[in-house]
Amino acid sequence: MTDDKDVLRDVWFGRIPTCFTLYQDEITEREAEPYYLLLPRISYLTLVTDKVKKHFQKVMRQEEVSEIWFEYEGTPLKWHYPIGLLFDLHASNTALPWCITVHFKNFPEKDLLHCHSKDVIEAHFMACIKEADALKHKSQVINEMQKKDHKQLWMGLQNDKFEQFWAINRKLMEYSPEESGFRYIPFRIYQATTERPFIQKLFRPIDSGGQLHTLGDLLKDVCPSAITPEDGEKKTQVMIHGIEPMLETPLQWLSEHMSYPDNFLHISIIPRPTD
Amino acid sequence: MAMSSSLLWAVDIFGRVYTLSTVGQYWELCKDTQLEFKRVSAVKQCCWGIACDHQVYTYVFSGDVPIRYQEETYENQRWNPIGGFCEKLMPSDRWQWSDVSGLKHQQLDSFTLPSPHWEWESDWYVDENIGGEPTEKGGWTYAIDFPSTYTKDKKWNSCVRRRRWIRYRRYKSRDVWAKITSHDDPGQLPDPFNDISIGGWEITDEPVGRLSVWAVSLQGRVWYRENVCHHNPEGSTWSLVTTPGEVVQISCGPYDLLWATLWEGQAIVREGIDRNNPQGISWSIVESPSSENGIMHISVGVDVVWAVTKDRKVWFRRGVNSHNPCGTSWIEMVGEMMMVNVGLNNQVWGIGCDDRAIYFRQGVTPSELSGKTWKAIVSGRESDRSQTGSSTSLLSAGCFFTDDIQNQTNAIIQGDADTSSDTELPSVSVNLANTAPLGAAASNSSNGATSQTAEISANLTVDPLDSDQGEGSVASSSNEKANLEKQKSTNQNPSAELQWTNIDLKEAQKHPVLSVSTFAETSSLSSLGVFSVGAEEQYGADEHPLWAWVSGGGCLLDSHSPLKWFTVPSGLTSCVQSLSLSITPAQTAAWRKQIFQQLSERTKRELENFRHYEQAIEQSVWVKTGTLQWWRNWKPHKWMDVRVALEQFTGSDGMRDSILFIYYMYHEEKKYIHVFLNEVTILVEVLNEAKHSFALYTPERTKQRWPIRLAATTEQEMHDWLSLLSMSCCESRRIQGPPSHHAIWSVTCKGDIFVSEPSPELEAGPHLMPCDQMFWRQVGGHLRMIESNNRGVVWGIGYDHTAWVYTGGYGGGFIQGLASSADNIYTQSDVKCVYIYENQRWNPVTGYSSRGLPTDRYMWSDASGLQECTKLNTKPPSPQWSWVSDWYIDFNTSGGTDREGWQYAADFPASYHGHKTMKDFVRRRRWARKCKIVTNGPWLEVPPVTLWDISIIPSSDADDEESVALWAISDKGDVLCRLGVTQQNPAGTSWLHVGTDQPFISVSIGAFYQVWAVARDGSAFYRGSVSPKKPAGDCWYHIPSPQKQKLKQVSVGRTSVFALDKNGNLWYRQGITPSYPQGSAWDHVSNNIRKVSVGPLDQVWVIADKVQGSHSLSCGTVCHRTGVRPMEPKGLAWDYGIGGGWEHITVRGNATEASRITTHDTSEEEPARSVDLEDEESKGKIEHSKTTSLMVSEEQDMDRNAVNC
Repeated sequence: MTDDKDVLRDVWFGRIPTCFTLYQDEITEREAEPYYLLLPRISYLTLVTDKVKKHFQKVMRQEEVSEIWFEYEGTPLKWHYPIGLLFDLHASNTALPWCITVHFKNFPEKDLLHCHSKDVIEAHFMACIKEADALKHKSQVINEMQKKDHKQLWMGLQNDKFEQFWAINRKLMEYSPEESGFRYIPFRIYQATTERPFIQKLFRPIDSGGQLHTLGDLLKDVCPSAITPEDGEKKTQVMIHGIEPMLETPLQWLSEHMSYPDNFLHISIIPRPTD
Repeated sequence: MAMSSSLLWAVDIFGRVYTLSTVGQYWELCKDTQLEFKRVSAVKQCCWGIACDHQVYTYVFSGDVPIRYQEETYENQRWNPIGGFCEKLMPSDRWQWSDVSGLKHQQLDSFTLPSPHWEWESDWYVDENIGGEPTEKGGWTYAIDFPSTYTKDKKWNSCVRRRRWIRYRRYKSRDVWAKITSHDDPGQLPDPFNDISIGGWEITDEPVGRLSVWAVSLQGRVWYRENVCHHNPEGSTWSLVTTPGEVVQISCGPYDLLWATLWEGQAIVREGIDRNNPQGISWSIVESPSSENGIMHISVGVDVVWAVTKDRKVWFRRGVNSHNPCGTSWIEMVGEMMMVNVGLNNQVWGIGCDDRAIYFRQGVTPSELSGKTWKAIVSGRESDRSQTGSSTSLLSAGCFFTDDIQNQTNAIIQGDADTSSDTELPSVSVNLANTAPLGAAASNSSNGATSQTAEISANLTVDPLDSDQGEGSVASSSNEKANLEKQKSTNQNPSAELQWTNIDLKEAQKHPVLSVSTFAETSSLSSLGVFSVGAEEQYGADEHPLWAWVSGGGCLLDSHSPLKWFTVPSGLTSCVQSLSLSITPAQTAAWRKQIFQQLSERTKRELENFRHYEQAIEQSVWVKTGTLQWWRNWKPHKWMDVRVALEQFTGSDGMRDSILFIYYMYHEEKKYIHVFLNEVTILVEVLNEAKHSFALYTPERTKQRWPIRLAATTEQEMHDWLSLLSMSCCESRRIQGPPSHHAIWSVTCKGDIFVSEPSPELEAGPHLMPCDQMFWRQVGGHLRMIESNNRGVVWGIGYDHTAWVYTGGYGGGFIQGLASSADNIYTQSDVKCVYIYENQRWNPVTGYSSRGLPTDRYMWSDASGLQECTKLNTKPPSPQWSWVSDWYIDFNTSGGTDREGWQYAADFPASYHGHKTMKDFVRRRRWARKCKIVTNGPWLEVPPVTLWDISIIPSSDADDEESVALWAISDKGDVLCRLGVTQQNPAGTSWLHVGTDQPFISVSIGAFYQVWAVARDGSAFYRGSVSPKKPAGDCWYHIPSPQKQKLKQVSVGRTSVFALDKNGNLWYRQGITPSYPQGSAWDHVSNNIRKVSVGPLDQVWVIADKVQGSHSLSCGTVCHRTGVRPMEPKGLAWDYGIGGGWEHITVRGNATEASRITTHDTSEEEPARSVDLEDEESKGKIEHSKTTSLMVSEEQDMDRNAVNC
């Protein structure tokens, strides 16, 4: 029998094969070869693309290089979204590898946050974890941790150390036996088709009658458009980590097993491809 | 969801008796509904009550083990030259039929059943057994004359003979109310009864099930029921106990507390109750707390007293304990009650004065005996459920209860004078402080999505008013409880409810609508007004129950499994308790399967063709460092501070390995030791009150009996290290998930459980794997023994004799996170005793006194006398344990004791006996104190029978459906056979009792249903004709023990039978053939053996004592018999494995033969690398390997380094 723990590993070790190409208008000294990389789904673009940056900088004139940013089919990619989410939201159902265009000029100020150093990513990551724990445990767990535990979470993500990360993160996934789950489920729902960045509301894992809320319950409540009417044609896909969990899946289980390292369930709702 | 449950008993105002299970949600009507009752008083095994006919009844729960009592009588004969042995005895002789002493005339037909509640099990038969030896047919034993020593052999001078007849009777009135009849003189019989209370079982544990049953008659007299115990559940007679006044009501605690109330309103307290005087000696009077209102009702627990005065006020008595049963003063508690009842662990229940609901006292703990608040039990009755047919009406009924109760709880939950309710309010400022920066962070991160984050932070800010606190604040603001009146309740309800929805359910639109609709219903229903007892007509059977009496004496609440009594079940959810261990629905659910399947598809899709791509993050070495203490390996041995580093690295093959470095100073020189974690064979936690330490063994260190010992400053820190190290060990050996069916399980004397995956080379093959190379990993839980078979059925027994079944999980205990399974881990607890000795020496002036000779041992000491152990300084074995009783004298010490628990001897240390002789100058007595551990692991309780031994058939056929034979011995010595055990349901369904003529202590079943057992007298028995069709077999064949030895354990493998005697000798049974399964003789194999386990390959493993290692001796060592072959079943020599405090091992799962290729490879091929790890520290080592090869004295050096025996 497969254990739930295997899900954590599968989620952690999810990789997206990516082909980075330099934007055509960038001025180079010689032709830039594309760069191929396996990107961890759970990490952040600016955290894992040092090699990409170095590769392209080699062919560029020093004065042409400013802050690196990425774009996919015209959409600037937000570095502060996990890579897996970006892929699911913008590029699922397309052929692999994922082709990302690398830019060094014309930073889209209105679309992207600046990321001058890894400290910015760390601050963002820790802020998400803290927000998630505020929802799950009124911040009790994260506040009881020591500074070094916080550091270990970050280092675990940065160095792709599953055990190191989960040795601490498991504490964030616990709940008292009297409760049947977290206080609220930390989730964000992203829709490829709307301008709105994402939906986030307070939602409990258990209903008033003690029944477990499912993914379907959540969507019905906060994003009814994602639900296909009984007899209707399926128009959308609900994706987490590149898969479509059944709507019957208990939300608490999803939160424990399929949250990103920032402790949020990042759910993408995308139009179903019409083959 | 623990399987163990117990019952709360209650009587409603119509006299109907109900029970509420601790795992249930509904009150269930008592099975026997013939009678209506006024009073009930329950304990775990039974309930006594007074019915409306004012007669006393007892309700004994049925169980798989019958209540049976052995009657015996002796037939005596004398030899004369004419008739040989005949019934003609000499005039001075005893009767032809007598008791064992010969003083009492006892003919077979003089035995009658004591009451209509008994039946004979069979007819009289002759016992053909004397002291563990079989007699000749006919059962005669011979002697020179009466009274004398009898032998089984007839000699030339045997002039008399006798034989023992036995007959069992069985208590049949179980699960029904059995009327207590009295054979007394009718003139002496008590008048009709008015009140009853039972308790006192904690005063002494011998004989089993002894109870103090106290009753009050209508005339106000107090009666004590004599001789109530397990095999005499009705007791024998009533004795009158004189009282200083007319008694109304009485309450008896589990221990020595007994209070009663007088007509005049005072309470009387019984003093002098102890083991020898369960009735006590005298009464003291305690005045009522208020002069106008006398005490109406009293209830006592272990060391608490609660009272209700005539004005319905509730009082708690301060300062009550064994030495001062009267206590010191009264404290008034909040609430008005009809009655209160104190149950197990001083838990209190009450019946509300106005609403007649049963209230549970929340927050009763050893440090806060008076608890915190009253909480209403809202469970409906089973009958209510069945009467409301459709689910919609059920829902509305549910809502009625919900709101009604919310109202009540809001009104009545109030802090008591001494415990302010604001303990439950979290600090508001902290919460606000936390949420503010988070809100900011959120808005920062979401980059423009401020509208939602604002909403969230707003929601977070109102946090402090969240549901539970909301309740609390409502509670503290309403100090009167009069708001049950209809006007107020309709007013307050909506406001309270609105406030609730407003805060808590803001985001969920549908809820306010739902709750509004329930208001309408509530207000109309609750307008029925205040309940009063007189007006019964108003309420049909469908209303909520109105209670008259409650008894919690049998109700054991476990703080770890939440009760379902306080919320109303939705009615749509199934309330069927699944006791089966089969896979939970969540594990087979379609959604779960789909996730697993999709994830593997995703990995394939996204990775399969791209493996040649470069990884974005390079794998690097990861190091965890810290400061620990190390038990240094040069003399003098002591703890020294060291720096420790664990380096994890990923090899080119993707496999992880780790090295543990320990940096230390040796004569101001920096040195280090390093250990490859793939060579570590076991990590053992060594917890004691002084140090949080653990030991780390490699094969080499197992040989030396000298592990690396490390200690951390806190338990948490130690567990973090242990958890990380054990995870690294498992990872380097590629071991994950639950143990296989073939696993070898063992238990240490600390109750820790270890499991090892056997390699095929362990039992056969050209290169036998030495057992010091076995890798053991820990599994959570606490057990005394464990037994398994090769189908994955594993059972364990705790120190408190509770039976546990393995759930298929792994991890638990300190092993958390990834190394622990998500499901199948449950709370487990165990109770054991800590013993200390009180030592005294006799002197001519004062007799025995606590003043010893200067050379004597401490006057309070451990068993050896070397350690001073006083009642005050003795602590529980480790911080994981907590005391659950006070110190009490232990009368069950081997050698026997006198009435005060003393044992006598000529001098310390010597063998002790239970009576004083002229030669005795010293005496000692043993004090015991119970302590409890609460941990978790992959175990579920199998109630209710408590066990001593277990054996599971090691069967070869692989049919999943077929039942697995499992035999057990109960802690009372009954032989039991478990029915319905399968691979899918390893807990089985029920016990089948197998009759014996004496208590048994060990049982074992071999692969071909050969059942062997050992009786308490030390002899062995073979059970004939056991088969799948006839699981209990037909009869016992007596097998004499080896010459002058009393056996204590037996183990049967495929065909081999090994037994162990009380002196530690291991015996092999010779001459066993299919046609003669009993064999012919015992053949000595080895000494110094503590436990034996024979497996399905006939492999022999033992726990041995006094194993010599190069550094120290080791007690309790796992040893493997080598050279065992079909023609050499006894084997040739011992191979020594892990040791130092091992208590039990079972190899009965390991049926892996060497020829089979294993898919599941543990890294046993690597031992070649296990060379000496301590190049850097060799200087220090040479020195002590010399010294310790000398013979060491047991007390000093043995096992000091190990788990400790």
